[in-house]
Amino acid sequence: MTKIYVPLDMAAVAMGADRLVAAIEKEAAARGQKVQIVRNGSRGMLWLEPLVEVETPAGRVGYGPVKTKDVAALFDAGFLSGGAHPLSIGKVDDHPWMRQQNRITFARVGVIDPLSIAEYEAHGGGAGLARALQLGPAATIEEVTKSGLRGRGGAGFPTGIKWKTVADAPADRRYVVVNADEGDSGTFADRMLMEGDPLSLIEGMIICGYAINGTKGYVYLRSEYPQTAKVFQAAIEAARKAGWLGDNVRGSGFKFDIELRVGAGAYVCGEETSLLESLEGKRGIVRAKPPLPAHEGLFGKPTVVNNVLSMGTIPMILEKGAQHYADLGVGRSRGTMPLQIAGNVKFGGLFETDFGIPLGTIVNDIAGGTRSGRPVRAVQVGGPLGAYVPVSLFDLPFDYEAFAAKDSLIGHGGLVLFDDTVDMLWMARFGMEFCAIESCGKCTPCRIGSTRGVETIDKIRRGEDVEANIELLKDLCHTMKFGSLCALGGFAPYPVESALRHFPEDFHKPALEAAAE
Amino acid sequence: MAGAAPYNDERAREIIKAHMSLEGPALPILHALMEEFGHVPESAVKDMAEALNISRAEMHGVVSFYHDFHREPHGRHTLKICRAESCQSMGAEKQANEFLAKLKLSWGETTPDGALTVEPVYCLGLCAHSPSALIDGEPVGCVDMETLDEIVAEARR
Repeated sequence: MTKIYVPLDMAAVAMGADRLVAAIEKEAAARGQKVQIVRNGSRGMLWLEPLVEVETPAGRVGYGPVKTKDVAALFDAGFLSGGAHPLSIGKVDDHPWMRQQNRITFARVGVIDPLSIAEYEAHGGGAGLARALQLGPAATIEEVTKSGLRGRGGAGFPTGIKWKTVADAPADRRYVVVNADEGDSGTFADRMLMEGDPLSLIEGMIICGYAINGTKGYVYLRSEYPQTAKVFQAAIEAARKAGWLGDNVRGSGFKFDIELRVGAGAYVCGEETSLLESLEGKRGIVRAKPPLPAHEGLFGKPTVVNNVLSMGTIPMILEKGAQHYADLGVGRSRGTMPLQIAGNVKFGGLFETDFGIPLGTIVNDIAGGTRSGRPVRAVQVGGPLGAYVPVSLFDLPFDYEAFAAKDSLIGHGGLVLFDDTVDMLWMARFGMEFCAIESCGKCTPCRIGSTRGVETIDKIRRGEDVEANIELLKDLCHTMKFGSLCALGGFAPYPVESALRHFPEDFHKPALEAAAE
Repeated sequence: MAGAAPYNDERAREIIKAHMSLEGPALPILHALMEEFGHVPESAVKDMAEALNISRAEMHGVVSFYHDFHREPHGRHTLKICRAESCQSMGAEKQANEFLAKLKLSWGETTPDGALTVEPVYCLGLCAHSPSALIDGEPVGCVDMETLDEIVAEARR
């Protein structure tokens, strides 16, 4: 029986993985060959999806991207024993994309069957929780603090300090909430982790619950990820069955359970207080802070709200010790960041690496430039609220502080490449339009400012009083940045200002030329 | 497909009741109603408000806040086309506008034969395969005009 891996990852499915599985099964049956197909997560080499891997005595050999019409030829080429074929990429672990990474959060993603507790444990799963139970709650929090882990959702707040605040807040109930409302364009790491190694997130949540003395965890997942919901729900059920969740977690006497909740298409619910409102069944309107969710969060109780990547990294930190993680990275950006490389890109995918790698290395060397083959003009880093970075800043090292110093942010680690056909005035307009569509409406700078922003950019586009309107737009951006209640209105000016600063020529096109486009 | 059942007050109340043991049950109930009936009519809003012990205005506020919930039934199939930055970098905006023009639709509208509703979506997390779309919840990557035409033909079948 030959083991074949075909990813269940939503990106692989979008490129035909489900149809491919049916085709392989049919072809194998017709040829009388016995195969066992495992649905793994994606290795992150998304340009190769669906990537089919075959287990051979020498290791796992990959073929990709495989279409159903290639299946017969693959059997003819003897792919079940790793035979040569134009789609072969050789041993997957030896691929340069894999070898250049430092996979910590994503160590198991693509490697194991995501729903198999046995495989999870065989690859180190469960060791973090076992150590936490030994250390006790206070020392577990201390370990997280010492690792230097910062929230991977974008704000970069130290995770250990957040946990300690919740643990110290007097209350009869405390909650663990995972923010899986990954709405930023160009990001998909949360999705890939929840599909490829959901048990690591579950284990991280159990450890957090134990550390802060909470018994209930919620995962708030966006509805745009139907595949993720299916896989994660199945993982929760597998964990319950195996005694990881329930009244007696792994025989420790500690009680903890997790519930998956699906959002309903509101981008602003990725903001933590809006997310909590939504979980409570209300409109996703942002709350004013203070009180912090750590003091008064879900249903008014002290609540840890962590991003999927932060929580999914916790088991490894506990397993290997704080120092191991703290030794990676640069400055105050410790550990690794799963980069998501997307947009007009030749080799798009997930690439986990230590902080500090220069932006240009990521774009040119790792991602291979654009898919269109034209020169890169801009990279939007950190989603719709992130700045457009020009080629002249490609020596910028990827860390929180270096980006902040250039009025940019790394956010959730997404990079979207644009070639030289991009119209930066249009992208700035879209930034404002998106903010107008998704604003929760509570504060005026975001609600009204975004609409006025669209109108002002339209005036510039039509060539009306260009200089005066650019000044007005800058002033508006300033007001939104400093007057908005949350990051939606507060950061929406970043793409606009960066487009103005780095690509001023796009705002000074003669009106006729713009009209002709 | 999901959401095809005709609206039925009794069944709706059953769905509401089945979720009442949850903490903050409003969104799970609304998703379940959408799954069953494809929309959330006024009578469901009234029943939910009663069950949750909040005003109808407040309940209406919740339903209308979220893009996923709508008061009227949509077409038999729903196509969500991504408009976010990553897809735009691969020409999605131009392609979508041409597609909508061909169908004589605006965003959010349904073809006159009731076969297909076309909605915008802001990122599906398929950003290395831009442009992307979801047809009745099934993801599609590297969408070109041919794919879109096939989706329409399939929906009308």
